[in-house]
This record gives sequence, structure tokens and C-alpha cells, in this order.
Amino acid sequence: MHDLEKIFQQKIETEVKIEPKDWMPDAYRKTNIRQVSQHAHSEIVGMLPEGAWISRAPSLKRKSILIAKVQDEAGHGLYLYSACETLGITREETINDLHSGKAKYSSIFNYPTLTWADIGAIGWLVDGAAIMNQVMLTRTSYGPYARAMVRICKEESFHQRQGFEILLVLSKGTNEQKAMCQDAINRWWWPSLMMFGPHDSESTNSEQSMKWKIKRKTNDELRQNFVDMCAEQVKVLGMKIPDDKLKWNEEKMHYDFGEINWDEFWNVVKGNGPCNKERLDARRKAWDGGEWVREAAAAFSEKRKSKPQAA
Amino acid sequence: MKNYLKKFYYGDIPEDKAGGNIVSSESKSDWPLWEVFIRSKQGLDHKHVGSLHAADAQMAIENARDAYTRRMEGVSIWVVESKYIHASNPEEAGELFEPAVDKIYRHPTFYDLPDEVNQM
Repeated sequence: MHDLEKIFQQKIETEVKIEPKDWMPDAYRKTNIRQVSQHAHSEIVGMLPEGAWISRAPSLKRKSILIAKVQDEAGHGLYLYSACETLGITREETINDLHSGKAKYSSIFNYPTLTWADIGAIGWLVDGAAIMNQVMLTRTSYGPYARAMVRICKEESFHQRQGFEILLVLSKGTNEQKAMCQDAINRWWWPSLMMFGPHDSESTNSEQSMKWKIKRKTNDELRQNFVDMCAEQVKVLGMKIPDDKLKWNEEKMHYDFGEINWDEFWNVVKGNGPCNKERLDARRKAWDGGEWVREAAAAFSEKRKSKPQAA
Repeated sequence: MKNYLKKFYYGDIPEDKAGGNIVSSESKSDWPLWEVFIRSKQGLDHKHVGSLHAADAQMAIENARDAYTRRMEGVSIWVVESKYIHASNPEEAGELFEPAVDKIYRHPTFYDLPDEVNQM
């Protein structure tokens, strides 16, 4: 092993963060670029399903909250894109990879938001699952990624709480509202469990990522934590989690739960989910439509530079 | 022996990607990168919080407000184009900071004083 690699590995083992200027193995750099950019794309694409309800939010209060939340997602995307750039890839390359379909984003955002209750379910389940992952990542070994995560986690807790509150209000409403609440939970539960990725035994990226302390808990560990948390919280709503096999296991001190439909999981990852095409089209359209703004701003800046101290 | 090491980065920013210093023919719309520093309240230092792209300083400040102070985290913002940040090289950190290593007498705890002398 090369001495630089030894120094690197030693830092990882002694919990010293890796910073952008430090030497790092190329594979570590690439893994981080892949993971951080995927995370950034998820934040940005994640604005779309919720954004669809801004104009239809049931009250001015809910509308203001939803706008703030969606704006937060944009901010989170930005923190992560910035962290990603420190690894030596430009913003434009990163975004091109999303638009070409080379880079992935969280598959959860390829499901449609059919009713207002979906906004609640997204906050509770989707943001809840994301927080599990993100809390772990505040201790990830790459400094800029960890710092972005700290910032994001601080803001994310409002997202989950507002979602749960939406469901709580619906759960105390009319029969129709209750049914709407249960229906949203039914549709979002399994895709939320899929957010943690394949089983540890199947995941090709997990093992090395654990060694490098990019990830600090495995997919299955995080998923179990999530199930344990939701199985309790759903009682407060008086709703049901759509899984017959969900049952407290006294011996393991965890909930047992049913198997994910992995065919569906891989199908959506590969681009065949209900909204994959729609989401990417929306992102491309936004990027292309914004081109004249980017160019105009750059031209304006050039013009101002060329005649300093004028006015 | 270490000649394959070609990646030296300034601050958090890859030097060759840091914005206006390299003008590529087709990236006219690629705004330069800025580092953002926020003073969280009067009396405290500005602290580095992250970076963003903007066409000019004014836009950088406005974007920084939206990105980094959505919850009143700041009362003042500094932005500086990333290419103007110069940073020490981590590989030379040993030599660079060596002069301070053996001067423990610069710390108050070096001096053993009787308990009667309190608050010194």
C-alpha cells in the first residue's frame, strides 16, 4: 500500500475528516461524487411532487408552509451540489449527468402525489426515511458532505413534523378525510421502505462505503430503525401500516415486517416508474428555459466589469 | 515518486474549476463560484458557511441570503470569488505548524501556582 493511502486510511480510522485538498483514493472520490450528487439530485427532483400541490393547498397557512418546505429542498440541493463540486466535478457536469439519465436520484420521487394527504405522507414517511439516512451522514468521513448534512438535518425536522401534522388533522376529520389519510399511507409505505436501498447482501456499494465511513449504518439497519419508529407513530394517527407481517418481536426487540417487492424497486430504478419520464422532462425544461437568464446575467456582469466605476 | 499527484485544490474548491480564471468557449453561462461568510449576530466573526454560483457580487449576496439565511441565521454576509482564496497545503501542515508544537509555555496551564492565587 502506498504511504499516502496509509495516511488516508489512518485518518479514516481515527475519525479525522477528509477535506477537499487532502489526498484520497480515486475510488473514494468517485464514490462520494456519485453519492453526493445523487443526494443533491434527489433534493431538486423532490421539489416536483410537492410543488404540484402548492397551488392546491387547502389553506393559506398550508400553502405558506409548503412553499417554505419546497424552498428548503432547493437549498438542500444547493448545499449538496456545492459539496460535490469540492470533489472536482463542475456543477454543469453534475446536472448534465442528471439530465442524460446517467446519474440517479431517489426513486421515491417517481411516484405521483394524487391527493393532499400525499403531502402529509411524504413529510412523515419520505422525509422521515431521509432523516434516518441523513442523521447518519452527519458523521460521514468527507468533511464538506458532513457539514452540508448538519445544516440539512437542522432544517429537515420541520419537514417531518408538518407532514405528520397534516395527517393528524386528516385522521381526526370526516370519514372521507380519514380514508384519504389511510390511502396515502398505503401508497407511500412500501416506496418509503425502498428508499433505504437493496438488502445488505445485495448492495454492491455498501461494504466499501462502510469501510471508508462514508456510510456508518447499513441499508437494512436503517430500514429496521425506520420501521420501528413508524410502527409506533402510526398508532397516534389511529391508522394502519399496510403490512400483515408487521409484528413486534420481543426476542429481537424490533418489529418484524414483510418483504419489499424488489421487482418494483428495480423497475423504478431502471426508469420505468410511474413518473420517471415526467420528472426528468420537468428538470430539462427548467434548465433549458433558464438558459437565457444565465446568459443574460453573465453578459450583464461582463458589461459592468468592462466599465468599472461608471455611474 | 509522487508525480501522479496532480490534484491540488485551494480551499474547498478545485482550482481549475473555481470560476472565471479559465474561460472555456462554450461555458459562457457558467457563473463563477463564490465563498460565503455569515455573521450570525453583531459582535461575532463572519464564518465560512459554504459556496454558491453567481454572475456577480450582488447576485452572490442575494443568493447567499436565500440559501444560507432562511431562518435568520445572519445579520451580515461576505462573499468572495473562490479563485481569490489561497490556502495552505495540507501536505506541508507538519512543517508549517511545527514552530508552535514545542512551546507549551505559551499556555496558562504550564504554570503551577498555589491554590491561594485564584482567578489568574
